[in-house]
Amino acid sequence: MRRLSAGLAMVAMLVLIGSASAGTLDDVKAKGFIQVGVNGELFGFGKPDEKGVWRGLDVDTARAIAAAVFGDAEKVKYTPLTAVTRFTALQSGEVDVLCRNATRILTRETSLGLNFAQVNYYDGQGFLVPKSLGVKSAKELNGAAVCVLPGTTTELNVADYFRSTGMQMKPVVIENTSELAKAFFAGRCDCLTSDVSQLAGTRAVAPNPDDYVILPEVISKEPLAPAVRHGDDQWYDIVNFSVLAMIEAEELGITSQNVDEMLKSADPKVQRFLGVSPGNGKSLGLDEKYAYHVVKLVGNYGEVFERNVGKDTPLKMDRGLNALWTNGGLMYSPPFK
Amino acid sequence: MTVHVYDSRTAEIKPPVTSVGVLGWIRKNLFDGWFNSVLTVLVLALLVKMVPPFVRWALLDSHWLPSGSGCQDAQGACWSIVTANLRFIIFGFYPHDLQWRPLLAMIILVALLFYSRNRKHWRYALGWSWLAGLAVMGLLLRGGFFGMAVVESTQWGGLPLTLLLAVFGLTGAYPLGVLLALGRASRMRAVKTLCILYIEMIRGVPLISLLFMSSVVFPLFLPEGVTVNKILRAQAAIILFTAAYIAEVVRGGLQAIARGQYEAAESLGLNYYQTMRLIVLPQALKIVIPPSVSILISAFKDTSLVVIIALYDLLKTTKSVLADPRWMGFSAEAYIFLALIYFCCCYFMSNYSRRLERELDTGL
Amino acid sequence: MQTVDTGATRTPLLNDPAKRSLIYQVGVLLAVGALAYYLVSNTLDNLERQAIATGFGFLEKESAFEIGESLIAYSAADSYARALWVGVLNTLKVSFVGILLTVLLGTLIGIARLSTNWLVSRIAAIYIEVFQDIPILLQLFFWYAFFYEMLPAPRQALNPVAGLFLCNRGLIFAVPAEHPDWGWAGWAFLAACGAVYLLRRWALQRLFKTGKTVPLFWIAVGLLSGLPLLAWLLGGAPTAMDVPELRGFNFQGGVSVSPEFAALLLGLVLYTAAFVAEIVRAGIQSVNRGQTEAAKSIGLKPGQVLSLVVLPQALRVIIPPLTSQMLNLTKNSSLAVAIGYPDFVSVANTTINQTGQAIEGVALIMAVYLCLSLLTSALMNWYNKKMALVER
Repeated sequence: MRRLSAGLAMVAMLVLIGSASAGTLDDVKAKGFIQVGVNGELFGFGKPDEKGVWRGLDVDTARAIAAAVFGDAEKVKYTPLTAVTRFTALQSGEVDVLCRNATRILTRETSLGLNFAQVNYYDGQGFLVPKSLGVKSAKELNGAAVCVLPGTTTELNVADYFRSTGMQMKPVVIENTSELAKAFFAGRCDCLTSDVSQLAGTRAVAPNPDDYVILPEVISKEPLAPAVRHGDDQWYDIVNFSVLAMIEAEELGITSQNVDEMLKSADPKVQRFLGVSPGNGKSLGLDEKYAYHVVKLVGNYGEVFERNVGKDTPLKMDRGLNALWTNGGLMYSPPFK
Repeated sequence: MTVHVYDSRTAEIKPPVTSVGVLGWIRKNLFDGWFNSVLTVLVLALLVKMVPPFVRWALLDSHWLPSGSGCQDAQGACWSIVTANLRFIIFGFYPHDLQWRPLLAMIILVALLFYSRNRKHWRYALGWSWLAGLAVMGLLLRGGFFGMAVVESTQWGGLPLTLLLAVFGLTGAYPLGVLLALGRASRMRAVKTLCILYIEMIRGVPLISLLFMSSVVFPLFLPEGVTVNKILRAQAAIILFTAAYIAEVVRGGLQAIARGQYEAAESLGLNYYQTMRLIVLPQALKIVIPPSVSILISAFKDTSLVVIIALYDLLKTTKSVLADPRWMGFSAEAYIFLALIYFCCCYFMSNYSRRLERELDTGL
Repeated sequence: MQTVDTGATRTPLLNDPAKRSLIYQVGVLLAVGALAYYLVSNTLDNLERQAIATGFGFLEKESAFEIGESLIAYSAADSYARALWVGVLNTLKVSFVGILLTVLLGTLIGIARLSTNWLVSRIAAIYIEVFQDIPILLQLFFWYAFFYEMLPAPRQALNPVAGLFLCNRGLIFAVPAEHPDWGWAGWAFLAACGAVYLLRRWALQRLFKTGKTVPLFWIAVGLLSGLPLLAWLLGGAPTAMDVPELRGFNFQGGVSVSPEFAALLLGLVLYTAAFVAEIVRAGIQSVNRGQTEAAKSIGLKPGQVLSLVVLPQALRVIIPPLTSQMLNLTKNSSLAVAIGYPDFVSVANTTINQTGQAIEGVALIMAVYLCLSLLTSALMNWYNKKMALVER
């Protein structure tokens, strides 16, 4: 009898916790913050600094979404996720949006039930090797022990690459970015393969960065983008246009410093963008000045890039593919009208 | 009438010096026969070869300053990794100025443990004070009353999280385990089968598969929009896992109760629940206290597996310190420090469990 | 209790033990069924709503990832099913070797714990206490760090004996080069094993009938080493060795033990041996002192006292808890995932990641470990029955 009643109580409890779920936007507004899945260990993308403040390109993307929704970039809570748990956490609703350097690929959109929004970093996979190895090209890596994160597109790409070039490899898989880097520095493997941005991050934190080089070959396309669940188009739009707002702001020359002056701009594009002439915000279900908040509180894409991974950071990344289309890059926002 | 007269001289003849005192002890325990002598010499040689270098590494040549200066080219251990990151290792991401709260919670726990050591204090009141203590500990960590700021469970970490998972794990698992054990001993076919299935299944799989289940599969079990936080899910997995082991221990206790006890209870007209509650369980649970402490020890050690699902317990906080390039390469020091913490806790508990076993043994 | 048959015909429903018990059981089954239904229907809803793929169809697909070490031929072009099978074999490999070494080391330490030598007994006690009280995962991390942080790179590999190299890529040693003769020697060894088994049965029978003993140990040693040696000599005595040498990045040739495997094995063996040592100690202590004295007094030699009197009795006490330690070791081998040894959990984990099919993946993990556990306990139960005291 006791088991019976315990079982019933459990069912009842589960039903009680169950809140009717409206759209993600309403849920988020009701709880007052956005729950974001982040990496937690990736320098330059998502990692708490020594004071416990979260920093990185993905973190700033999340803050931009919060700025758009709440007009307050700090209404974000971070859930560090491993490569294994990241998609389930999103599918199950544990996080509202995933900003965790996830590569947009076909099967993730189809069989995982995810939608990827605007890419916030165009990356590609490369190899990091110690200089002492004397290797100049990835073609010379036959027989190498390769450190790789399991369960990532990286793992598949490197297997593809070695297969297509007819070389042998010995994968060393460790499920944790920092542990993997440690194993590489200690010489457990001959090369580390990952997205170039991550390699730069890893190289930056090496005991002696000059001892390591990134090989010139880039063996894959890795468009890293925030992801949301299938089937909530409004939320998808919000995430999408929060990222796009940062890109558009850069194109329009609006920065977090000059955004207040730009409010007085006579340019109709700027006026529409900043919500001086209304329409954009309402159609997204947000405040009219959402893009203003994004730029004011987080910055435009260029600022965010430079702050987290750019020239003055230990990562020292070039804009490259991530420059605006006007500068020969891939960052291109549809018009805000 | 013959009186046995002792020859007073025999008492004065002392045994040879080589068989009493220090020398005698050494001879008896270390150099008894050629095999033992060789063994002793070998072991001593090994100790001489290993202990002084270790002492030199760990103590004499070591660095302690939190700045970590001189660690890179030091010959000895760099304990700076511990002194510099102690608060992060122990408390994880818990807000810096609020760390007195988890500290207080841990002190309450230790105080309760010490109070419960003495068997004279084992009354019903103690059970209630444990429940109250656990509730207070949870509230202290969480905050949100008396003007204390709320600290989300995502920020809990380090030693408090480890202790929380272990202690709440055992507390939650105990009632479930007792129910399962009763179910297994039941004569109701269906109940018995279900319980056996559950117990054997759980005992047959590793804890980490349950943790995976809790972290990647369980969210899909819940209806849309319902989520349970990660720590709670891991806690549930630990409870479900531990319960199966407790069930087996309690079953042992139930089997140790003499048949006559059941029969006597029955002849008094007690029904099943009365029999169990008043006669059988009080005796059975007393028998199984020592093995329960062993389960607490394994639960405490097993909490370290939550590293694999990225919860920031004691081991994970240490590992994230080790991932910092400044502290790379000092794994040995950090792990030895952790091993010391785990060892002290477990040693205390296992010692206690052994003492208890002796004490209860005579009582039965 | 409830099932006492009262024979009364008009007992109220709830007071009739048989009926009441039936009602309870139906109730429990309903509750469990309801819970299961609730969870399953939720899951199906979630899967459908989010368009997540289901089913075991993925097993046939190309895995597209490499695995570091494998007992069978495997490449990224093989299917997920084969990748998982590689994982199962790797789990079996580490468990099997681990159990053998654990029993050896555990027995040794258990005996050392009972040694009359104070120093040895103390050290054994300290070992047992320390290794029991430190979580296995921490030990694994420690050993793994030890292997890749402290050992040198392949080019500076330690080379203590010719043909044996120790570096942060693992332990690499020379093995005899491929030759059909080695196969013959292997068969000869198996044949010798069979002969020794038959011989032992005959010797025991003779012992019970006539009381005469046979120097079985020396005959066994002779057979086991002599037969393979003979086969080797007859086959032409090949002496070529496959010596590892540094080519490119790593050692080629020879046999290599990866640091992941070595760390996992070391961690598992050292941890479990501490528990086994306690079990062995308790087992030996459980044999009454009188037995040893009686055995000595009828003129048995110390070796015979141990093998004919003490051990058979101690084993009965030792085997059940030893079984559960072996199961623990097998289950703990799943922690390989934390240090990157490609055991079953690690491969299944990658599979979950690549396919996104967590439910199927976790179900596979549980099923495989359940099978391993059931198999091990069945084997040990059989052995235990065989060793059990035959009571009259």
